Amino acid sequence: MNNILSVVTFLPLVGALLIAAQNADAKRNVRWIALWTTLVTFFVSLLLWWNFDTTTAGFQFVEEHAWLGPLKYKMGVDGISMLFIILTTFLMPLCILASWVSIQDRVKEYMIAFLVLETLMLGVFSALDMVLFYLFFEGGLIPMFIIIGVWGGKRRVYASFKFFLYTLLGSVLMLLAMMAMYWHAGTTDIPTLLQTKFPPEMQTWLWVAFFASFAVKMPMWPVHTWLPDAHVEAPTAGSVILAGILLKMGGYGFLRFSLPMFPNASADLAPFIFTLSIVAIIYTSLVALVQEDMKKLIAYSSVAHMGYVTMGIFTGSQQGLDGAIFQMLSHGLVSSALFLCVGVIYDRMHTREIAAYGGLVERMPKYAVAFMVFTMANVGLPGTSGFIGEFLTLLSAFKANTWVAILATTGVILSAAYALYLYRRIIFGALEKANLRSILDLSPREVAILAPLILLTIFYGFYPAPVLDVTATSVKNLVQNYQSAQLTSAAALVP
Amino acid sequence: MDSALLHTILPELILAVGALALLMVGVFSSNGEAAGRLVGWLAIAVFVAAIIAILEQSGVSSVFESAFVSDPLTRFFKIVILVAAVLSLLLTFDDFGRIKLMLFEYPVLMILAAVGMLMMVSANDLIALYLGLELQNLALYVIAAFRRDNIRSSEAGLKYFVLSALASGLLLYGASMLYGVTGSTGYVAIAAASRVPEMASNIGLMVGLVFVLVGIAFKIAAVPFHMWTPDVYQGAPTPVTTFLASASKVAAMAMIVRFTQAALPGISGEWRQIIIFLSIASMALGAFGAIGQTDIKRLLAYSAIGHVGFALIGLAANNTEGTAGVLIYLAIYVGMTLGTFACVLAMRRNGGNVENIEDLSGLAKTDLTYASILGMLMFSLAGIPPLAGFWAKWYVFLPAIKAGLYPLAVIGVVTSVVGAFYYLRIVKIMFFDDATEAFLPRENKTSVVMGLSAAFILLFVLPYVGGTLVDAASAAAAVLAPLQTL
Repeated sequence: MNNILSVVTFLPLVGALLIAAQNADAKRNVRWIALWTTLVTFFVSLLLWWNFDTTTAGFQFVEEHAWLGPLKYKMGVDGISMLFIILTTFLMPLCILASWVSIQDRVKEYMIAFLVLETLMLGVFSALDMVLFYLFFEGGLIPMFIIIGVWGGKRRVYASFKFFLYTLLGSVLMLLAMMAMYWHAGTTDIPTLLQTKFPPEMQTWLWVAFFASFAVKMPMWPVHTWLPDAHVEAPTAGSVILAGILLKMGGYGFLRFSLPMFPNASADLAPFIFTLSIVAIIYTSLVALVQEDMKKLIAYSSVAHMGYVTMGIFTGSQQGLDGAIFQMLSHGLVSSALFLCVGVIYDRMHTREIAAYGGLVERMPKYAVAFMVFTMANVGLPGTSGFIGEFLTLLSAFKANTWVAILATTGVILSAAYALYLYRRIIFGALEKANLRSILDLSPREVAILAPLILLTIFYGFYPAPVLDVTATSVKNLVQNYQSAQLTSAAALVP
Repeated sequence: MDSALLHTILPELILAVGALALLMVGVFSSNGEAAGRLVGWLAIAVFVAAIIAILEQSGVSSVFESAFVSDPLTRFFKIVILVAAVLSLLLTFDDFGRIKLMLFEYPVLMILAAVGMLMMVSANDLIALYLGLELQNLALYVIAAFRRDNIRSSEAGLKYFVLSALASGLLLYGASMLYGVTGSTGYVAIAAASRVPEMASNIGLMVGLVFVLVGIAFKIAAVPFHMWTPDVYQGAPTPVTTFLASASKVAAMAMIVRFTQAALPGISGEWRQIIIFLSIASMALGAFGAIGQTDIKRLLAYSAIGHVGFALIGLAANNTEGTAGVLIYLAIYVGMTLGTFACVLAMRRNGGNVENIEDLSGLAKTDLTYASILGMLMFSLAGIPPLAGFWAKWYVFLPAIKAGLYPLAVIGVVTSVVGAFYYLRIVKIMFFDDATEAFLPRENKTSVVMGLSAAFILLFVLPYVGGTLVDAASAAAAVLAPLQTL
């Protein structure tokens, strides 16, 4: 039980090694091994959740081993990271299932890349050493680069390079900041660094360096341009992982590093973040309205939804953080589901162009229902998980700055506009295109993928408590520390 | 000869005597081809014997009026050099064997070059340094032009000779200036003289410093003294290029580390400026110069220029961590270089070796293991974690941040992103593009080197591998620590 976190993290890697030992022609074996690996990982991670103590804000399941010199191999979770670990392990089996039929070429390499990616993503959320965190954070670029580049669409090379170089450029600055923190605090241990008070001047520089990395990952306007390209070109499961988990690493980074470690800089620069968030919400929503490509539309909508997350985080209040975390979780379910929905019809028609569809409700009623649920959740309809996050972040923003809240709320209207417009053009209308007449409704496999997502989207819409309970103590602790840091610095200014 | 002296110079002695003995073996064998192979294997045995002799040494000792030292620092460099020599010699057998060039002279010349390199590493005196350098150079000129029927190889040898001789001349001139100012060629005496405060403005010392550094910059191929590198890397036979890019580079870096820190700690402000300039210029040119290359050996030459720039960051930091960073960087770089050149050697079609990057097209479909190893090496060279290349960068940037060299560090990481572009391009060609004609099956020895290198960069992250290396480098760097604080 002591090293259950490492077990969860490295199980997928073991699966990848097993697959590597398979014959390349044994596609069936490879797929089943991948599916079982991800399922087992999911169940073990549920065990983690089961044993998780929600009453303490400290890190749990902590493991510590000597590593390279002063660096430690240290893993552990708190309420914030716990959630992302479950989200990751939950989405992975769905990704494997989603690739069951659509990936026929180089299946072995594909599954290895995904399983390695899973290990790296789980590592990001459970690392308690900065360098270990960076290792997982950056290492994820390699499998994702390969996934986009090998199994992607027409402009996959461009998209994969853009994804890789953009993210790398942001991250290397964070690396330098980590080094500066190491020399200041004498350690790379995250729990210790959370207690360290960095001088305000230094905080600003460190904050900027971390921002460079997380803003790109998030992605925030104006460094979001890699995302539409990467999403459009990636295979369906790649898009799911990108939207569902990789983007969350940015938000997680803000919550783990920027806000608690540099509270004064965060408070000073919050208006800057609010501005970028609002631009993201309004501008990218407008951009989403005019998209002709389904995946691109959802990608822009992701950027807009991440705007709420950054806005919520930097209010530094309980509601804001709760809302941001919930919004990330909800977005992880909903946008993943939307990409899966796009994948369903893309597998049948091999086009993502909105204009190529219309009237699908006549032939695909089950699909129309599923798509409807996720569209509504994307809009933020009460009763879906999308509502809770948006509502809480707007609430907190209202308290922090009324204008920010008012402007951000227009995004809700715009999201209704682009999402419903998309839905109308694809599902409703007359079934005019001849090639759509023979299109088949969801297969049992596709139902199996989408059903859990529908259930969770609606369940959390009505009853968000299970999520908020897990995060509550950790978030409260974070908010307290953040606010007391503001008070101390304010007191220091008084002569 | 007393036993302490013998013990200190035993590795070099083994190599020197071994080289002469193998020369006799070669001369008195009747069958040229078989003699070449026999001498090759014996040379590996000699190298291994020298490595064992080095591992047997401990502590700090200096002989010949302090002109030759043996300490943890020299031993670290020497082991890296000899391992590189063994593996690049291993790569030679099949490649030279195919063109009937596996002659016994080649291993002998390699051993002689290695003796020179070991001498460069241990030199604690400008004359000793020059002797080692020239012994190395003379052997390398010959093996660079070893394919004497090949115009490219001859050109490479000649170019290397002319430019290297010029650099040696500059170095020698600088050394004479230093002697003139300080009255000694020994590092200990020069260090003592350079610590006198007014020495920092002594024009003779400055000129001497600059000339010696220029001479060494030629050897390590730091910009702006890098021009010979792409041509020589491309023209020389690939196993020779491997040797040049690994062992020879390490020896020259060892020379610059000891010269700056042991001989001139008193004017560290002055030489650090030069090192910082060399570092930035090399990183930038290495990153941008490689983008347009189509020949993989030329590309690797630019990549080598860039990597020297990164290694110099550690030296510019001028602290113990920085010196350790240089050592770690070089050890990892050598590990990656050997693997990469082994991959280049495996690019064989019926018409012989091919060197165009486009020839790697779709390699992942025809030989996945090969493509994965080369891909991993590329990611590692780009410095992506968790591969060894990331740790190399980590250990040189960390001291630079400690020393407050923020602009240098920022320029460094940004150029590493630019550099990532061309490494990724090779990955793209192998994995994303359509397959072309497959390469001929890999040879065992090449595969062994590729596998060793891949295992090294992949497993470096484990404490047993990386930790051991880092500890050894830190212990080695501590030798120079007393000098930095003075």
